[in-house]
Amino acid sequence: MTGVEQGDIGTLGLAASGILVAVAVAISLWRHLGLERSLLWAALRALVQLLLVGWVLQFVVDPDDPLIFSVLWLSAMVSFAAYTTSRRAANVPKVLPLSLLAYTASAIVVLGVLFGFGIYELEGRTLVPLAGMVVGNSLAATVLVSRQLLIAATEQRGLIEARLALGLTAKQAFQPHLRQALRTALVPQIESTKAVGIVFLPGAMVGLILAGVDPADAVKVQVSVMYLVLGSVATTTAVMSLGIARELFTPAQQLRRPTTPTD
Amino acid sequence: MSSSDVFELVGVAAGPADDPILRGLDLRVAANGVTVLAGPSGAGKSTLLRLLNRLDDPVAGEIRWRGRALTEWEPTELRRQVAMVFQRAPVFPGSVLDNLRVASAEVSPDRAEHVLDHVGLPTQLLDQDAATLSGGEAQRMCVARALLTEPAVLLADEPTAALDRAARATVEELGRSLADSGVAVIWVSHDTDQLRRLADHVIVLADGSVRATGHLDELDASDDPLVRQSVGAP
Repeated sequence: MTGVEQGDIGTLGLAASGILVAVAVAISLWRHLGLERSLLWAALRALVQLLLVGWVLQFVVDPDDPLIFSVLWLSAMVSFAAYTTSRRAANVPKVLPLSLLAYTASAIVVLGVLFGFGIYELEGRTLVPLAGMVVGNSLAATVLVSRQLLIAATEQRGLIEARLALGLTAKQAFQPHLRQALRTALVPQIESTKAVGIVFLPGAMVGLILAGVDPADAVKVQVSVMYLVLGSVATTTAVMSLGIARELFTPAQQLRRPTTPTD
Repeated sequence: MSSSDVFELVGVAAGPADDPILRGLDLRVAANGVTVLAGPSGAGKSTLLRLLNRLDDPVAGEIRWRGRALTEWEPTELRRQVAMVFQRAPVFPGSVLDNLRVASAEVSPDRAEHVLDHVGLPTQLLDQDAATLSGGEAQRMCVARALLTEPAVLLADEPTAALDRAARATVEELGRSLADSGVAVIWVSHDTDQLRRLADHVIVLADGSVRATGHLDELDASDDPLVRQSVGAP
């Protein structure tokens, strides 16, 4: 489209991009997929949610805004992620406090590195989006690792108790299952990190290039974001799984029955 | 046998607190020879065995072994002395040797071969994938694994229930030879023929409490039909 400033597609442009949603709806109608309502609803929700976020972000990205707003935002994100995790991995013992701990630990480690080494300047404009990347990208892996551990403790109970019965500690008896669950949660992230640039161009980079940033600079930002995601997923799942592994056993090295309350 | 080498149970209740499986169990279990735990399904035989290995704790009462409450033992130390094998032989991933190493990380090839020989398995099996063992071989490997911790007691929870007749005989022979070599064996069985082949002592449990204890000839003469039925009295 001519006349559009770099990085600003304008309201008309945004509306025109809606043609692509219409294409998806048309395909659904054509092939009788019955997904038209879902597609429209998803497209509308994304628009409204992001408009809202964009509006609220104005209050934290301005260098004049106090950093406390950003910190509050970060706390809200961590709490919401922990709540979502606790809903999606409901039978995991102490899931809410453990996921709060895991996301907080991950945010401290990852943001500590990014800001501590001066990779990004600490301000609302950087803190909120980066924290969002930490929490958002860790959520699926954290839910996955929690569920995997619970499944292992239930379905592999015989193997775990056989190890305990041989005089192994709870930590030793559960170690193979912990390892497997962590691998399951981390491998997809590693695979997508390997495929980046070949199979797909990541969103942050695409966004920056479309907004007019030099591709070489966009790549640097993107790579730092990918490392951030790897670091956050690894930290969150490690804290979460170690916490869950502790909760699954009694101090007398007995495997609890995870579907019953542990307190 | 030292007189302190027995399990003593006083007022032991276990299972869900509102509906316990074992109810106020008072019992002394001889720690020599083969003691067979018999009784109808749901009587609490497996529950009792799990308590002795401390995979579970009682909700009331106390269990003592060698004069000390089980809760005073370091659980890992207790379990290495009071070993347990299960109904469905739990096979860990890897070779037979890998399985043995779970019990004893530093096991030497000589010791590994010796312990396989002890349970009647050919030593060539050491490098074989444990998942390919037959049911009887897997159960004997599990016994070999448990023996590596040099236990004084072996708890066996229906170890032959999932095996065919031939494999059952080899595992029974193994239980007998272990008992003769000084490892006390406490064996849960539903099979009265097996009980009559193996038992030096019998404990009959019913409805979560002890119905009778004693030697086979004593229980054969019991007035209680459930006891006579549980031991397959002629």
